Amino acid sequence: MSKLSGKVAIVTGASKGIGADIARGLASEGASVVVNYASSREGADKVVGEINLKGGKAIAIQGSVTEQADVKHLFEETIKTFGAVDILVNNAGVYSFSPLEEFSVDEFHRLFNTNVLGLLLATREAVLHFGAGGGSILNIGSSVTSTNPPTSTIYTATKSAVDSITRVLANELGPRNIRVNSINPGLVETEGTHTIGFIGGEWQKNREAQTPLGRIGQPGDITPIAVFLASEDSGWLTGETLFASGGLR
Amino acid sequence: MSKLTGKVAVVTGASKGIGADIAKGLAKEGASVVVNYASSKEGAEKVVAEITKAGGKAIAVQGDVAKEADVQRLFAETQKTFGKLDVLVNNAGVYQFSPLEEFTSELYNRIFNTNVLGALLATREAVKLFGDNGGSVINIGSAATELNPPTSVVYTATKGALNSITSVLANELGPKKIRVNSLNPGMVETEGVHSAGFIGSDFQKGVEAQAPLGRIGQPNDITPVAVFLASDDSGWLTGEHVVASGGHR
Repeated sequence: MSKLSGKVAIVTGASKGIGADIARGLASEGASVVVNYASSREGADKVVGEINLKGGKAIAIQGSVTEQADVKHLFEETIKTFGAVDILVNNAGVYSFSPLEEFSVDEFHRLFNTNVLGLLLATREAVLHFGAGGGSILNIGSSVTSTNPPTSTIYTATKSAVDSITRVLANELGPRNIRVNSINPGLVETEGTHTIGFIGGEWQKNREAQTPLGRIGQPGDITPIAVFLASEDSGWLTGETLFASGGLR
Repeated sequence: MSKLTGKVAVVTGASKGIGADIAKGLAKEGASVVVNYASSKEGAEKVVAEITKAGGKAIAVQGDVAKEADVQRLFAETQKTFGKLDVLVNNAGVYQFSPLEEFTSELYNRIFNTNVLGALLATREAVKLFGDNGGSVINIGSAATELNPPTSVVYTATKGALNSITSVLANELGPKKIRVNSLNPGMVETEGVHSAGFIGSDFQKGVEAQAPLGRIGQPNDITPVAVFLASDDSGWLTGEHVVASGGHR
């Protein structure tokens, strides 16, 4: 398994959940991986430990994607440690849900700052640091941009912004050999979705009943798709938004 | 390279072009491949020979996908030789372009019978052969459904129909663990595209100028995407329309 030998990948928000699984998956294909985290240092160190134990290469770098200086530092440390960067997985994201009547301006900014501004800041640094051979940018969006569930106005709006960013930047960066694609997962069982109460109740049953493949997702369903989009196997794809949701759209 | 070890795949229209390359690519990953052709027996046998020489398994089976009895025979032969089926690539397709004022019913019937009826017949028969583990159906559509080029109304309509077939059957067959996805290539340099006069033309120059990745496609740009969609790496994707066109949309 060595489709990413010699490549260097940064995964933002990789201390847990989908990001952690993608970091491990890229490493098992031979990439050197930067496991970025904002505050969950223990989680990030655990991911690094798991990767190293399997003979891979990884380091943890702290930084909030919402802070420009943190993002610059993230890329500078990556170059300092690994000498280059080839792949960026914009996975760091937050979510909260609220009926329209009750949304708060603070929550609006919190979600947009991480999910959209943070993604743009990281992507800009990636483009400034990719080598002459180009690179692959993978945005983790969400299938909510198709399912549009009530109470998700702000979250879904951030993810539609991400869909647009994917398409515009694919057009803009293509001539520099930089591909930009999205994975839009459906409901995935992670620490985060457990914490927010989506797992084990009516919402999960509701999603499963509507999903052609009859269950909710696991991080391990998302990771092989991320590996595909990071590798040369997807070299002819850019601007693509892959809905990874067992068919629920 | 063994993501399809033990699997059996049928590729329709695999005597040349994209179909031939996909057949070879699936075989390289360990699948036993049925190379279907309508009339180009020599081409199909050449593909089989190349696969066998590389240590893979393949047979050529004649059959016109537009003819119900041929399709039934194709899958009967598949079952007789390999005992099962896991992957169907609905690649057989024809194209001819004509301004609206000049299209004929004959042209309409020919293109719809191969591109749409043929894909439906093949999928219906394949589903009967898929076992309890389900299967993967890959419909080769076209980026024409994104670009909608003038003079392509009949051809693009067949590919729009194919997109809908993917979406509906993904919903319908998901509970049987059968995934259905579309792979929609942009302009690809093949024998057929040469014969139709597109290579070296202003049309090609236009595509190159507008495609983010700055060139037209080759069959081996498409094949790794087909292998991905055939394998369990894409197990959480169904109903997807993947546009493989270097970003040209």
